[in-house]
Amino acid sequence: MEHDILIEARGLTRRYGPNVAVQGIDLTLRRGEILGLLGPNGAGKSTTMKMLTGNLAPSSGSVKINGIDIAAEPKKAKQSLGYLPELPPVHPEVTVDEYLDFAASLHGVPKATRKAAVAKAKQSCGLNEMSQRLIGNLSKGFQQRVGLAQAIVHQPPVIILDEPTVGLDPIQIREIRSLIAALAQNHSVILSSHILPEIQAVCSRVMIVHQGRVVFHDSMQNVTAHTASRIIVQFHRPPVTLGLPGIAAVQALGEGRFMVTPEAGTDLREALVRVSVQHDWGLIELKTEGRTLEEIFVSLTSGDASQLKEAA
Amino acid sequence: MSALTAIARHEARRFFVSPLAWTVLAVIQFIMGLSYSLLLTEMVNNPGSLNQYSGVSDYIGGGLFGFSAVLLLLVIPLMTMRLFAEDKKSGSLTLLTSAPASLTEIVLGKFLGLGVFFLAILVLMAAMAFSLFGGTELDTGRLFAGLVGQLLLMLSFGAAGLFVSTLTKEPVIAAVGGFGLLLVIWLLEAMAHGGGMFADLFRHLSLIGHFENLRRGVFNTADVAYYLLFITLFLWLAVQRLDVERS
Repeated sequence: MEHDILIEARGLTRRYGPNVAVQGIDLTLRRGEILGLLGPNGAGKSTTMKMLTGNLAPSSGSVKINGIDIAAEPKKAKQSLGYLPELPPVHPEVTVDEYLDFAASLHGVPKATRKAAVAKAKQSCGLNEMSQRLIGNLSKGFQQRVGLAQAIVHQPPVIILDEPTVGLDPIQIREIRSLIAALAQNHSVILSSHILPEIQAVCSRVMIVHQGRVVFHDSMQNVTAHTASRIIVQFHRPPVTLGLPGIAAVQALGEGRFMVTPEAGTDLREALVRVSVQHDWGLIELKTEGRTLEEIFVSLTSGDASQLKEAA
Repeated sequence: MSALTAIARHEARRFFVSPLAWTVLAVIQFIMGLSYSLLLTEMVNNPGSLNQYSGVSDYIGGGLFGFSAVLLLLVIPLMTMRLFAEDKKSGSLTLLTSAPASLTEIVLGKFLGLGVFFLAILVLMAAMAFSLFGGTELDTGRLFAGLVGQLLLMLSFGAAGLFVSTLTKEPVIAAVGGFGLLLVIWLLEAMAHGGGMFADLFRHLSLIGHFENLRRGVFNTADVAYYLLFITLFLWLAVQRLDVERS
């Protein structure tokens, strides 16, 4: 079945007694997308993911995976899913091979192709040397990779990863990131994290969840386009004024450095270089300092916190 | 159905790679071996206790199965405690619940995996009883009835233990709870002896009463049906419990 929309969640709400963990989340995942779910701890990311994977029944709302309602036909819907929960769901007493073979057969990979599927998953997750090791003896980082291998072994169209880089060292984090980017060629990925650079590095779309609601939702392209707003320049022989059109504000930072805020919709970088060469100011540094995802995140999740609480 | 067999095979493997399973098998075998040789010695010293109604098969086979029931009551909660409680605690149950497998398949798969382990106990037990073939004639029908009873008893203990295991995240609590539940059902027999209006009901509900017949070689459909109903009830309860957890 070929659907362009792989996950469609409408009005997902989950209550735990009087507490509302997730309220009215709408989520759409298209083929080939990496959607980043961002939020402070306890924002409802994991709860949302549990509902998307059928591990938790929503109090209201619906989830369709590959066009199949997960509440009505859970087995069929789950065939299209690969899920790595917060804790890697591994069995410490078996070897990596045994475990991945089981995960593959559980997801209906036929016996004939199972060995190849396991080998491919191990290859992708850098587990080749660990085949015969007991999972319980592996380090946290490798257990995390086994969990990831489990989620992709049956080549599902949708992969849901709950904080996939927790407990990994910086090199492993980079490897996992490039793996996720590689996976996005053939799969769609939902990724949760509270690490901002991670989302910024791999995701094509970002959704910020705070106190169970979506407070921000845009494509990464828009985030970077709208936010490339300030320019830092440094000159050897700084001028008194820059004298360029389209500048909203200039702030001297000392030692010939300036922070230039252009008017909305103008890109001053090229003009700055040209004028610097013309007047021989000796440009030695030029960089844009955007309103980063971090700033958006902080302003949405801390500044408006009390306001949102009242609304909830 | 493939998910069911996959789970059953994997669970059986997980049993046999854990030191707990081998320790349990070793302890059971040691104690049963001890009781077996005691029974044999007693019979040899006291041949007068045998008569035309009671032979070696009854004495050794029946005696062995009777004793093993008590031992299994103590040991099986230790085997079942991990089935769901440990997986919940470690988070690995999520592997099964996010896979294309129904809760019924998950519960049945785990139960069948446990059944494979029980078969190992059964084979060891049968080997002891049938080793007497070397020296004497045995009533195989009677021994088989006893073994069937043994298997049904183990599966019943297992089903009840599996259900208790779905109730908690702590394996130890699951073990204690499973043991308590089994003992209460077992003790219904004692309540039946007390008389009163519910005496008959208690007798029918007790685990041990139905085992007595099979142990003595009486294969009664009612007893077998009792065990099958008992097993079905607790597996069904386990599925319900897991379903409640999800919502």
